[in-house]
Amino acid sequence: MRRKLPWWILTAALAVLAFVWVFPFIWMVSASLKTSGEIFAGGLGLIPEALQWENYSRAWEDGNFKVYLLNTVIVTVATTVIVVVRCALSGYVLGRYRFPGSRIILGILVATLFVPTGYTIIPIVKLSLELGLLDQLGGMILALGGAANVASILIYAGYFRGMPAELEEAAIVDGAGFLRVFTQIMLPLSMPVTATVGILTFLFTWNALFLPLVFSFSNPALRTVSVGMQAFVGENSTDWPGMAAAGVISLLPVVVLFAFMQRYFVEGIAGAVKA
Amino acid sequence: MASPALIAETTTRSRSAPVTTPKRPGQRARERRRNLWIYAFLMPTFVLYGMYTLYPIVASYWYSLVEWNGFSSEQRFVGLENYEAVLADPLFWSSVRITLVFMLIVAPLRVFGAFFLAILLNSPKLPFTSFFRTAYFLPVVTTTAIVGVVMRFIFDPASGPTAAVFGFLGLGPVDLLGSSETALATAGVVYVWKFFGITLIYWLAALQTIPRDLYEAARIDGAGALGLFRHITLPMLIPFLLIITVLTIEDCFHAFDLMQTMTAGGPFFSTEIIEIYIYRWAFAASIPQLGFASAAAVLFGVIVLLVVIAQVWATVISRRMRSAQGKAGAA
Repeated sequence: MRRKLPWWILTAALAVLAFVWVFPFIWMVSASLKTSGEIFAGGLGLIPEALQWENYSRAWEDGNFKVYLLNTVIVTVATTVIVVVRCALSGYVLGRYRFPGSRIILGILVATLFVPTGYTIIPIVKLSLELGLLDQLGGMILALGGAANVASILIYAGYFRGMPAELEEAAIVDGAGFLRVFTQIMLPLSMPVTATVGILTFLFTWNALFLPLVFSFSNPALRTVSVGMQAFVGENSTDWPGMAAAGVISLLPVVVLFAFMQRYFVEGIAGAVKA
Repeated sequence: MASPALIAETTTRSRSAPVTTPKRPGQRARERRRNLWIYAFLMPTFVLYGMYTLYPIVASYWYSLVEWNGFSSEQRFVGLENYEAVLADPLFWSSVRITLVFMLIVAPLRVFGAFFLAILLNSPKLPFTSFFRTAYFLPVVTTTAIVGVVMRFIFDPASGPTAAVFGFLGLGPVDLLGSSETALATAGVVYVWKFFGITLIYWLAALQTIPRDLYEAARIDGAGALGLFRHITLPMLIPFLLIITVLTIEDCFHAFDLMQTMTAGGPFFSTEIIEIYIYRWAFAASIPQLGFASAAAVLFGVIVLLVVIAQVWATVISRRMRSAQGKAGAA
């Protein structure tokens, strides 16, 4: 005899857990539409008495979140492009060819796979300062796009190595050169990896705090939303509704993006672990 | 996001890649041209990775040997004095301990908690699975630093929702993030909540690698749900357990964003992980001690390296055991 699990109990339990899981976000959205007094009166109440939309205009204008959001978009998109391009290029040659030094390069890359940001941050700042890059978004982008990302190279290398050799042999017989083989055959075929690497880099960069924080010390105009949020709380320590509104403004783009690209987000991460 | 399997695979070559064959005169020129292309393709990585990963690793060693209190001021060679000072600082050891304790709290919660949830969410009988997956994954995509600040707000002893819950339970005001006894555990819970979804996705991906016909066959043989789980699901997932544990533990060393925004290492240094310790001496101090901070960073790098080596070693051993088992089974 087989015992049946009561699925509806399980479903209800999972639903309660899911509500607890997303509660902080719901609460933040509700707080962003309340007055300070209402929040301070506390409680778990989620419905504001009257919708305080001016919290948003305050965060957007006075809190400078329009600048921070733009910075974040620029930094994230540029970093993602840099990482995808350089990892695809080097992953291709490392995965597919044996050449003088290839094993040494792979060995060095693998050895530095787990280097933490806390370890490299001081020399990165010193170097950027000497190159005059510390006060520019460009410097932040180069540092984010240049540091680590070894995993992405290895994912590309593994994928390109697994492709059948006949593909490029046929193209070479047809007279295609090295560059043509890569751009017209290999690159289009590697779209799944490009999606994975692109999505992971996007997420990682959008979320980054350590590097953007240190790079924008001397120039507040370079703050990303992560850093701006920190500053906002520090400078306006009593403006809880404004802070909640700033939080919603900063989270909204990435949550909307996630909603639209959910399948690719999840598959991207799943793909990376299966690789 | 790389697995040890990936590392091992990448360092050994497969047959499908073009292999060098005996050379004819024209071929040597072609090969030279090919190698030029290869090095051209590697150029962007050479430059960026060299500047922002390799150089910093080497430079950290040099910086750890000098006394240096700002990015513009002079450096004075002091030998191993910085290391002596770091190793003599009880707060450094406390940050090492906190980093490791934090790892030991959150890694098992993430790995095993997500495992159980993944098993449930993978069941074809459960309704609304995609809704649940979305809900549990949501904290992952949100910005860590913002979550950190919002959590300060949520755990606020005067007006936050947790205070309301505690009041309702009659426990009085409890300052979970503001008291040094509870801060690390609370931060650990938030950290698990924030990154739980990634581990969940890892496990769901792992579950998908189990061929469905295995279950079919076992069911025909009369296996019940528990039997299927014990004899098929569990053994098939063991290799993934190692990979997912390595990834998760490695992740625990990057708690800076959440910790800095939520507690900034306080109260009384009770949540000061090593990255915050380094940050405090290098960037947050009124007179930065960059040489001292570099020495701490080098020691941090050594600790991470030791943990990773131990894990990869465990992975290799278990893989050998598995392949030995496989051979014994086939014979």
